[in-house]
Amino acid sequence: MSKSIYNRRSFLTLTGVALGAVAIAGCDTPAAAPGAAATAPGAKPYIAIVSKGFQHQFWQAVKQGAEKAAAEFNVTITFEGPNTEADVDQQIQMLTTALGKNPAAIGFAALDSKAATPLLEQAKSKNIPIIAFDSGVDSDIPVGTASTDNKAAAGEAAKHLAGLIGNEGSIAIICHDQTSKSGVDRRDGFKDWIAANAPKIKIVDIQYAGGDQLKSTDAAKAIIAAHPELKGMYGTNEGSAIGVVNAVNELGLKDKLAIVGFDSGKAQLDAIRGGVMAGAITQNPVGIGYETVKAAVAAINKQPVKKVINTGFYWYDAKNIDSEQIKPNLYQ
Amino acid sequence: MSLVDSPAPHKPGLEPTSETTARKGNISVRLRSSLQQLLAFGSLIVLVIFFGIMNSRFLLPTNLSDILLSTVVIGLLALGATFVIITGGIDLSVGTGMSLCSVMTGVVLSYLGLPLWMGVVGGILMGTVIGAINGFFISFLRIPPFIATLAMMLVAQGMALVVSGTKPIYFTSTPGFSNLALGKPIVGLVVPNAVFIFFAAAILAGIVMSKTLIGRYTFSIGSNEEATALSGINVRSWKLWIYTVAGAFTGLAGVIIAARLNSAQPGQGLGYELQAIAAVVIGGTSLAGGKGSIVGTVIGALIMSVLTNGLRIISVPQEWQNVAIGVVILVAVYLDMLRRKETAQ
Repeated sequence: MSKSIYNRRSFLTLTGVALGAVAIAGCDTPAAAPGAAATAPGAKPYIAIVSKGFQHQFWQAVKQGAEKAAAEFNVTITFEGPNTEADVDQQIQMLTTALGKNPAAIGFAALDSKAATPLLEQAKSKNIPIIAFDSGVDSDIPVGTASTDNKAAAGEAAKHLAGLIGNEGSIAIICHDQTSKSGVDRRDGFKDWIAANAPKIKIVDIQYAGGDQLKSTDAAKAIIAAHPELKGMYGTNEGSAIGVVNAVNELGLKDKLAIVGFDSGKAQLDAIRGGVMAGAITQNPVGIGYETVKAAVAAINKQPVKKVINTGFYWYDAKNIDSEQIKPNLYQ
Repeated sequence: MSLVDSPAPHKPGLEPTSETTARKGNISVRLRSSLQQLLAFGSLIVLVIFFGIMNSRFLLPTNLSDILLSTVVIGLLALGATFVIITGGIDLSVGTGMSLCSVMTGVVLSYLGLPLWMGVVGGILMGTVIGAINGFFISFLRIPPFIATLAMMLVAQGMALVVSGTKPIYFTSTPGFSNLALGKPIVGLVVPNAVFIFFAAAILAGIVMSKTLIGRYTFSIGSNEEATALSGINVRSWKLWIYTVAGAFTGLAGVIIAARLNSAQPGQGLGYELQAIAAVVIGGTSLAGGKGSIVGTVIGALIMSVLTNGLRIISVPQEWQNVAIGVVILVAVYLDMLRRKETAQ
């Protein structure tokens, strides 16, 4: 029920905005309604972007990058996403609505690739190119994917945690999701690196807490209670990493447990500055949004698009947190 | 244990029964309700012993304190939900409502820079406002509780995001705020403030439930709304009050979760309402209304967190943790039904 209300409202707003634009611009934009824009010659192409979230700052940064590219390449975009990363249905509904508007291209970050497959096929039959972004879409239909190589990034996190604990001992993982590609890749990339490079390190437990800070905190505390020998922990996204930090703070174990995290956010930056957390991997969210729109424009113009557009990642810690290279990719 | 026998004396004498059978009924109800709590409490003890045997680290004081701490937020939400469910209603807005209350505390403390106590009051007031609006729609506009609170769930979620600008609000300008949840009031004891606040709130809820008119009419409306109205009680306005009281607990939960995370997380809360309802149901409160207790809810919330923590301690995969909790809910409700059928015969 929530979805239809949400969509109808956003659609109405959108139509309202479009009508307003017509009124103001007069004869300059004969077809300002986004649905028609794709087909009207001379009008700005319309790209619908359906993200995995909206309120989280990460998605706001992606949106910012997408808007930057939209201005640069002279296209219109809409950017929307479900309330939480568990709302697969809501996202499917958004994708359906986006398709109904007949856009020139679609940017899509799937919460559940399989659930979206019928809609993706529908887009393909309508010759609407799909650009996947972030965790991507597990399908051949997207012409390209702009994303962080999560496996490689998680490997980098593993390398740093292994170094911090002297390449041996017990560690545990708080993961945000066991079904989404980003959750799985960030877990497996980490595990694979440990298995290949640090055989004396044992991953004693992996718990999933949906990226919810409170649940992640409680999960991390339970793991610490069960494994007093634990030397390090890894949180696979902002909420998971903050959960580990909270657990260590609440139990007074600072300096006894090495923590590495993923993504940024004020609490995580504070934890790194304060020495509770050793460091974290950050993606390049602005770059993800930018590259998605850039690739969509290329696809609309029938130019070649790289199948995998690697938007990069960085390791940051107390030493380089304020450097020119890292700073733009961190958000408060 | 004064909270335990609370429902019995107020089991409304509205049904046209003779004095003697009413008294007999009271005794059997009293027996039944304490038996039920005994059983719930017994299951809690059995679970604790089971996990203790599986991994002795489960019984460490720090872990037991962690279990209590992890009970607090869901427990507070469940206290409020108990009132609503005993009236025969339901409240789906407590999870996202809680987040809106957190955000309100954040607005008062971090945006307006007001003193700490005003942040606490602001959060709780927000909860009562949410509850009062729910109550108004349900009792005066006759919208079914499920629909009214479902709508409020969405409104609260949206408002939390709107007010906070979709960003978490941090309490950097109120350094003592997290102590509200995590400070240790008793030297040498690991149990933090939030746990004491929860038990104090539970005792308060128990008193309201057993010693005040609000409590009395909560049961009365739940067992027979029409009869209650016919006996001259203003059911509409009492319902409004009951939802408002329930909202205050949502508000307190919002303040406590904000203090524990030292931030108001506007995107949080969805799904917490179902955990709260589960705690209430495990505690023996009937979704049909008219029957339940605060002690049962406290035990229900403890069972939920003991299960979650215990299964984690013995490294059961997440997927199976959910299955286990689901099964416990089913078993608890089924046993409750069996018991009721027996006493009815």
